[in-house]
Amino acid sequence: MEKKDVIIVGGGPAGLAAAVELHKLGITDILILERERNLGGILRQCIHDGFGLTRFRESLSGPEYARRFIDQVVERNIPHLTEAMVIDITSDRRVTVSTREGILEFQAGAVVLAMGCRERTRGAVGIPGNRPAGIWTAGVAQSYINLHNTMVGREAVILGSGDIGMIMARRLTLEGARVKAVFELMPYGSGLPRNIQQCLEDYGIPLFLSHTITDIKGRSRLEGVTVAQVDENLQAIPGTEKDWTCDTLILSVGLIPENELSLAAGVVLDSRTRGPVVDENYQTNVAGIFAAGNVLQVHDLVDFVSLEAENLAGSVARFVRENRLPECGIGIRGDSSILHTIPQRISAASDFVLSLRVRRPFRNCEVRITQGGKTIKTVALAKAIPAEMIRIPIKASALSGTGTLEVAVL
Amino acid sequence: MPENWDVIIIGAGVVGCAIARELSRYRLRIGVLEKEMDVACGNSSRNSGVLHAGFTYRKGSLKALCCVEGNREFEVVAEELGVPFKRSGKLVVGFTDKDRASLERFKAVGEGNGVVGLELVDKKRLNELDSSAGGEFAMYSPSSGILDPMVYTLALAENATQNGAIFLFDREVTGISRRDGLYELATPTETFTTRWVVNAAGMNCARVSSMLGIHGYTIRGFKGEYIILDKKAGVFLNMPVYPAPNEKGGFATHATPTVHGNVLIGPDSYVTEDFGDFSVTKKQMDGLVTDGLRMFAQVKREYFIRNFAGIRPKLVDPATGEILDFVCEARAEAPNTINLVGIESPGLTSALPLARRAVALMAEKEKLLANPAFNPRRQAAPRFGEQDIEGKKKLIREDPDYGEIICRCETVTKAEILQAIRNPLGVRTVSAIKNRTRATMGRCQGGYCETRIAALIQEETGCRVTDVLLNQKDSRMFSGRVRE
Repeated sequence: MEKKDVIIVGGGPAGLAAAVELHKLGITDILILERERNLGGILRQCIHDGFGLTRFRESLSGPEYARRFIDQVVERNIPHLTEAMVIDITSDRRVTVSTREGILEFQAGAVVLAMGCRERTRGAVGIPGNRPAGIWTAGVAQSYINLHNTMVGREAVILGSGDIGMIMARRLTLEGARVKAVFELMPYGSGLPRNIQQCLEDYGIPLFLSHTITDIKGRSRLEGVTVAQVDENLQAIPGTEKDWTCDTLILSVGLIPENELSLAAGVVLDSRTRGPVVDENYQTNVAGIFAAGNVLQVHDLVDFVSLEAENLAGSVARFVRENRLPECGIGIRGDSSILHTIPQRISAASDFVLSLRVRRPFRNCEVRITQGGKTIKTVALAKAIPAEMIRIPIKASALSGTGTLEVAVL
Repeated sequence: MPENWDVIIIGAGVVGCAIARELSRYRLRIGVLEKEMDVACGNSSRNSGVLHAGFTYRKGSLKALCCVEGNREFEVVAEELGVPFKRSGKLVVGFTDKDRASLERFKAVGEGNGVVGLELVDKKRLNELDSSAGGEFAMYSPSSGILDPMVYTLALAENATQNGAIFLFDREVTGISRRDGLYELATPTETFTTRWVVNAAGMNCARVSSMLGIHGYTIRGFKGEYIILDKKAGVFLNMPVYPAPNEKGGFATHATPTVHGNVLIGPDSYVTEDFGDFSVTKKQMDGLVTDGLRMFAQVKREYFIRNFAGIRPKLVDPATGEILDFVCEARAEAPNTINLVGIESPGLTSALPLARRAVALMAEKEKLLANPAFNPRRQAAPRFGEQDIEGKKKLIREDPDYGEIICRCETVTKAEILQAIRNPLGVRTVSAIKNRTRATMGRCQGGYCETRIAALIQEETGCRVTDVLLNQKDSRMFSGRVRE
């Protein structure tokens, strides 16, 4: 069985950034495994701009953003296999890969999980009605239009105001389809404010908050949907139903970290992020298995995916050299205002970046981090919304060696 | 295509396909006319996938006889046709004294029907048999089993095709007339002339029966909805768990593991007038969760993959509403016809026994000559995901397309997708590929593989993008190219 210092599962933004950073740190016995024909991950189909504003201070398209990292992988001769699907990872870091040339088996010193996420589906959210052609998740529709030169329909409505859904509202409009409306279950948008402006308002596409689809019509091809307002318990209000004719329904109802391989390796998941529980080194409960990017937590911007993966690289390099990392025995707990935090465990001996999302929108609020009743850090924010990740650097010098860190928004 | 057929079977559900397969043992020109684009589009695929034991049917009824007969032989059938099957056993659980009385009663009914091994078990034994099952006590039925109804129906149809039967899809029979001792079956595109007609029209059996001149049957549609759960929930459930039946032997919502490792929650039951309405509703879905939790502790939203509905075509006495037995008859007023009416549950278990009875009715009228080329065996293509590592290596060596995984959730390779597109029945819809390979059936529901399957269908068949269909005749997936 061939040995590798580091195997990176996934050649999207997280995997690429981790690989380049590891290489910079002198770890060169790396292998990136990518199931697609080309590196770049989901960025390949994201032909709109707006990527890289934080990281490169310029607005790039998805393929351009990916290219910056792919070029470095190529320049540095970082080994990568495409059309290579990882089919198993064990807790002792044996990695099995399926390719057209055969089954490959590797023993890895460390494994970086960078598989990204998948879209929540109609079945998962339980939308009633018929099951005709013409219903797609936003990412699938995006793939058809941008990668397969295939138009999915002419008259669309969109359920869910996730970022990809709003981007597809604009994309469909630009390709001549009529996008009639976007319906969002929550009383606030679930995607970024800039996408509400640039993808919906700029094109005159109405966004209806607190609305949901209660019926789907048409037996062969979609003919229309029934939409109703919802009450504060998110239940449809009888009498508010309205029919919308359309031949296409796009769903943008959430993303789920893709952790089937992680589970095979014995990695414990967090029920809130649905990604692995990690420590400040991005190490999972399984020694030598690390995770970053959307497989760990669904990010708002790819820039932060890259940053997270680069941070992970330092820990992985240290693990490869020293075969162990410091104990992380201190937990982090969010109160009811917090959707989740990453990491979930720290050592209190190193600086780290706490990333979190809030459960509902706040204005003029303060994120407060305490330990044993003592305030470690407070950050004042004009607004905090679930759509945007909040990242807070914490200094080790402020922390005590015992006691759970408590995070709250006030 | 022959100009004159010996037999035309109307309907390519599990019963029609089983009859086609059993008739293909003889030298006959057999045609199957199906109004949909594939086999098993109706209730044959829209059910729990259970091989029933036969303890709820009246002694001596066709339901009881066919069910017990079909149950006993299924190992042989599964082996011959290369279809997945597991004799899992089943638990019928109870909570109350009334439930206990019901279980005792149906145990006696089952024993009268020849069902073996029925056993009343206490809570301790119930937990040993399945620790996720609800209930305070149960009847354990070791001879019950699980199968994939879609794959079973497909296998029957493919085996019939191998042996000379011809399946024709998108051929709804709109009228039947008799001239010069032959039947003429009208469809929107062609007329078929045949010596024999078999009515295996499922939901539409009463309508076709009337076309044959056999009147007076009333079919009531009992609709039931299901939720499909992720394989992550499937690891908790060993066997189907049903609630104690009501007095008429009807079951409410149950939890059933599938042979592929998922779990089905359902069906509930309500009457529908519209036999083509397979929509699902919020109210019923919510009810499935409540009722399902009584049977199986893991009915959690995070495991929901998909919903579907089926409609059981029950033959009823319109005066009393009583549900009647299966009908499998050759009537004098319609010579040279075999009429199957009211075939619902346990129709899956009973399909081959019913088919043999249909053949026997024909054989009473004319001597059937053996087809010397008949081969009862259908070779199923190997599944990459089910092989051990050496088996996987071997498949890829033989065909590199086995190394290219198209559907990640169900581990389906390009080789399997291509085999499905080249299927012997010539069905080219996206759902046909799904039903033959399981691609798109996993937790991402085609999020990763559907675009690839659509592309492969176009590459393989040379069809236009606007001709790619999801399942039904007019279910066009795409409106065109973005750029010509």
